[in-house]
Amino acid sequence: MRSRPVFDKFGLRLLGVILVLGLLLAGSLLLGLATGSSRASLADGWQALWGGGSSTMATIIWQIRLPRVLLAATVGATLALGGLVFQALLRNPLAEPYILGVSGGSAIGAISGMLLGFSSFPGVTLASFSGSMAVLAVVLLLTGSSRRLRASISKDGLLLGGVMMNAFCGAVIMFLISISRHTEMQQILFWLMGDFSLMTRERLPLLLLAVPCFLLIAIHARPMNLLLLGAEAAAGMGVAVSRTIVLLLVATTFMVSVVVSQAGLIGFVGLVVPHVFRVLLGPDHRLLVPASLLGGASYLIVCDLLARLLPAAGEMPVGILTALIGAPLFIFLLWRAKK
Amino acid sequence: MKTVLAGRDLVLGYDGRTVLDRVSLEIGEGEFFVIIGPNGAGKTTLLKTLAGLERPQRGTVTVFEKNLTRMGRRDLARVMALVPQQLPLDFPFTVADTVLMGRSPHLGLLGLESARDREIAAAAMGFTDILHLRDRTLDQLSGGERQRTVIARAICQEPRLILLDEPTAALDPAHQLKVMDLMERFCREQRVTVVMVSHDLNLAALYGSRLLLLHRGRVAALGSPAEVLTEELLFEAYGCRLQVDVNPLAGVPRVTPVPGRVRGLSAGGED
Repeated sequence: MRSRPVFDKFGLRLLGVILVLGLLLAGSLLLGLATGSSRASLADGWQALWGGGSSTMATIIWQIRLPRVLLAATVGATLALGGLVFQALLRNPLAEPYILGVSGGSAIGAISGMLLGFSSFPGVTLASFSGSMAVLAVVLLLTGSSRRLRASISKDGLLLGGVMMNAFCGAVIMFLISISRHTEMQQILFWLMGDFSLMTRERLPLLLLAVPCFLLIAIHARPMNLLLLGAEAAAGMGVAVSRTIVLLLVATTFMVSVVVSQAGLIGFVGLVVPHVFRVLLGPDHRLLVPASLLGGASYLIVCDLLARLLPAAGEMPVGILTALIGAPLFIFLLWRAKK
Repeated sequence: MKTVLAGRDLVLGYDGRTVLDRVSLEIGEGEFFVIIGPNGAGKTTLLKTLAGLERPQRGTVTVFEKNLTRMGRRDLARVMALVPQQLPLDFPFTVADTVLMGRSPHLGLLGLESARDREIAAAAMGFTDILHLRDRTLDQLSGGERQRTVIARAICQEPRLILLDEPTAALDPAHQLKVMDLMERFCREQRVTVVMVSHDLNLAALYGSRLLLLHRGRVAALGSPAEVLTEELLFEAYGCRLQVDVNPLAGVPRVTPVPGRVRGLSAGGED
């Protein structure tokens, strides 16, 4: 009998995951650029993509579709990664990137901005971002010292605080909607459902703010594994626990606030994408971080593509599709894993 | 003997309650040091303080003559491994992956292990005899197998010093011996210093090179098993009579709890 090696080659698995999901992302990007709601065919779009075809088509692709596809990719990557981090930190499978109240805070900011007649960019964007940063400040103030932060994580205090924060914000949002006029109502609802249609080129540089957060989270993939063993065991293996938790909390909240202020509240991506990869790849965050990043980006590009193509006229908010596709997909994976 | 771990005048309290009261100790290289004492005496708190998980209000802890507060967690983890009392049951990793995590303080920024790291982990698993369990997850193990996994993880860290909080609690006698024998072998063969909190006075006597008896946060006694495990000192700390005689097996003290019914018969009116 030949004995099996004790450990699988981890490096090969990591490379495989990055390669496969990288190709998937590249494919989704190209598809997202080549297709759209304009009457032009896929073939025309494909040609224009590589420098041929009409100049109108080229303009559509580079001025309209590119910013939008890049926004979808960044939002998908950020939300999936944010969900992954919060699920690990809070040790709760139901955690998602909005769980600490970021969604509520940014929604209040955005809706107030709209009711005050701010322009969509930069006015509403900034209002939304300030809203979620205010929530982060409150969360950090409430947890206070690092000792209390650790205690509040182990006793679910942070989680419950976030749920209460969102409930409170929900009430304020309902109130704001109730005093809004019909014309504003549509704008507010689209924002709450997540909407990419307002994306323009000048917004693109803002998305770069999420990139340092990605890197920061990537180098903390291993500490996230260790934290699953408990704060003390992790500390015993060399993790500066409080610093790591605060760093991950702030970086995640920051990047999620950035994308939410651009695209509104797109639900479900942050909950389901990490779980899909956990079923497929196992619990190791060194695989889950790159997988969620690339997979989340691809997933939202495809969802956005469908949101543009499916309706006969106009488009539907992408937030409807993320759950419409994601929930059955995840239930299927779970059912298959059980068998 | 070189001092590897020392606490000087440690004072620690929560909410006005003193848990550690001017505790001082010095532990030399290669010692098997056991901290004993009744429930609530502050044993776990002392261990956590020595591991840098609790910060004393007064006093200092030094590791290899270096002040603990000036050491980063990573530097500390390279010389000191910790086996906590409880681990989460829902830990999703396999035994092999769990043990390999012990390499963490030695890895680079991306946390990727080399072939050598995997060899060390495999050797640690061989040492605690868990190679055959490598693909199981922690919730599929018995108490003894879990404890051996956690100890293999600590050994994989290649520490000079290993701190354990009641590693034999909730194990049957066979597994208690297995764990204690492992730690003794590790201590003797690798010259690694072992510091252990234990409730089992007999195991402490059989394996410990020196014992510390903690009572209400103070050092009640510190010395060899024969010096610490006396009927007077134990009565004072535990508040009940524990008979001490010589264990014919090893010549160390043997502690026998005395049931109330026997106490009434033999002592004739004591208490």
